[in-house]
Amino acid sequence: MKFVDEYRDPAAILALASRIRDEATQRWTLMEVCGGQTHAILASGLDSMIESAVELLHGPGCPVCVTPVETLDRAQALAALSDVMLCSFGDMLRVPGSNGNLFDARARGADVRVVYSPLDAVRLAAANPERRVVFLAVGFETTVPAVAAAVRHARARGLSNFWLLTSHVRVPPALAAILSAPETRIDAFLAAGHVCSIMGTQEYEPLVARYRVPIVATGFEPRDILEGVLLAVRQLERGQARVEIQYRRAVRPEGNPAARALVEEVFEIVDRPWRGIGVVSSGGLALRADWSAFDAERVFAELGEISALEPPECRAGDVLRGLLRPPACPEFGRGCTPERPLGAPMVSSEGACAAYYRYRPVDCLEASP
Amino acid sequence: MTIDAAALASLTCLAPVEGDRITLLHGAGTGASARLFEQVLLPRLRSAPLEERHDGAVLSLPGGDRLAFTTDTYVVSPLEFPGGDIGSLAVHGTVNDLAMCGARPLALSCALVLEEGLPLATLERVLDSMAAAARAAGVQVVTGDTKVVERGKGDALFVNTAGVGLVPAGREFRPARVQVGDRIVVSGSLARHGVAVLSQREGLAFESDITSDSAPLASLVEAMCTAAPDIHCLRDPTRGGLGAVLHEIAAAAGVEIEVDEASLPFDPAVRAACELLGLDPLFLASEGRCVAFVPPALEPALLAAMRSRPDAVGAVTVGEVVGTNAGRRPVPGRVVIRTQIGGRRLLERPLGEPLPRIC
Repeated sequence: MKFVDEYRDPAAILALASRIRDEATQRWTLMEVCGGQTHAILASGLDSMIESAVELLHGPGCPVCVTPVETLDRAQALAALSDVMLCSFGDMLRVPGSNGNLFDARARGADVRVVYSPLDAVRLAAANPERRVVFLAVGFETTVPAVAAAVRHARARGLSNFWLLTSHVRVPPALAAILSAPETRIDAFLAAGHVCSIMGTQEYEPLVARYRVPIVATGFEPRDILEGVLLAVRQLERGQARVEIQYRRAVRPEGNPAARALVEEVFEIVDRPWRGIGVVSSGGLALRADWSAFDAERVFAELGEISALEPPECRAGDVLRGLLRPPACPEFGRGCTPERPLGAPMVSSEGACAAYYRYRPVDCLEASP
Repeated sequence: MTIDAAALASLTCLAPVEGDRITLLHGAGTGASARLFEQVLLPRLRSAPLEERHDGAVLSLPGGDRLAFTTDTYVVSPLEFPGGDIGSLAVHGTVNDLAMCGARPLALSCALVLEEGLPLATLERVLDSMAAAARAAGVQVVTGDTKVVERGKGDALFVNTAGVGLVPAGREFRPARVQVGDRIVVSGSLARHGVAVLSQREGLAFESDITSDSAPLASLVEAMCTAAPDIHCLRDPTRGGLGAVLHEIAAAAGVEIEVDEASLPFDPAVRAACELLGLDPLFLASEGRCVAFVPPALEPALLAAMRSRPDAVGAVTVGEVVGTNAGRRPVPGRVVIRTQIGGRRLLERPLGEPLPRIC
């Protein structure tokens, strides 16, 4: 398959791994930001191929994982209203809230629909004028333009039965939060290529200048990831700290101006709580005042306060900040599995715990009970 | 057949059936469905054939003949998809379940649950398709039933078919016969049915030329049995795909299975669609393919016979049942995948209806 096979070529991957091992004079600690990258790394065993040269920590780039429990509970409460149709990406349905997940809500009679694009939710609203349609809008900068387009589309069609329950998050403030934490030991970042394809790389310049860490915008295939690692290692070996782009087939320094303009028109930057991490300053996006008629939290104020419950034994926050490797969690594979998760990282397709559970190397299982 | 209790326990059967209500997870060919069967259905309906956990039951008749008996209910949405519809699927699925027991199909039943408001023209198209599929599979529909439910109490049309067939002497397709060294042969490219249905689903419709692989397998199975008279087990990788079959057999036979990622037959269009949707084709259904567990000595003859037929021209060996390997003891119930880069990792158990991811 074009644009995939050449980035999974075993010979090229082995050669890159060998170059990384050759060029590193010490063991560097890198964090890949995006959960999609984490899954690619573990699926191909890239971490073990470069283990002697690089320790890979897994970052917070899993939008499902960082969505607050309050938001999930609110979504379930909305879905329980008899005239509400709650639409969401499939990923969100298995994520545990305080009282089960959206699948459970559906089994209790709620109208929960999986959509593949926010525009599908707008179409559902148009086709079902008697229903109040709420789209659970989660995701990093990658997903925001499509949501902005959906809201604009809803306004243009004059729909009065479509709202967003938003929990959009931004990558750069999260990196700043991680870098400013005293326990951080990260030498360089592999930034999430898809986020950069929308937003560009300019937002990372102040981080590089302030914290002196190389940041390499990196793709998602095995070869992309090892190329990103190699670029970062070279910078570190030379004492450099620059923003660099590995994922050139998708990322320009200025990003996608049309998409950025769309986001800018509909959303504004706000402080936002991240599940497991806490409030991240400027870490989220919310609808601008001009668009607040589409804000489900305003319109459905009848729901009132939601008090969320998190299982205390879940250490997702430590996992999301790269402080705990999932297999080192006492609950991993025991009290917490994809079928019975304690936290979101065990069920999301971008969650680090799910990646370890799914791609456990064979010897890892032999060690576990 | 005896079931290896330890192997079954490793199927995560230890956990209780979750919640106080049925969720979609219970129907998705997953650990939750396995628990529903083991803890809710089997204890109440226990019988020796049910305990075999096969695609159908094989009953010994007084004269010495063996009768295979199976049933399946079809709830596919949309009713019509590229390459088939619920009518042809309901014939193929049940004929194939019989074939997986080694049986030559004799007759089918057909029960319809019709929702008020279903267009008669749709029903006629589905029935015409069912009739054509039955003719092609050499089987007759000999009895049936029709019920109509109020609008909203059914999804347009549900179809149940049951089938009976005779198992020729000498055929013993059972998970318990799978043993170390067996080669795992699949009859062609996988997951086309799953992708074809997804491509038509409301809200997901995407442009593709992928048609369902839905087809009857009985005549292919006859040819396979002639070429390789001692096939140990046969399965069709429907719900849950090849991944689910491998896990079921590994658990039921108490063996470890290793598959070679590079050998897995997926059409480029199927791979591309799965890349876009974030799905693993290993867990998507085929409705006209089979997976054979066969002793290594019979593998070449089996492959040659299959490849000489248009319905199995892409037959290929994808893995084997492993024994002690480089000093490692095999772990019953485990499925390992050899990656293209040369690593080995566990193949996860399917978790539920595949859900496309966010980005």
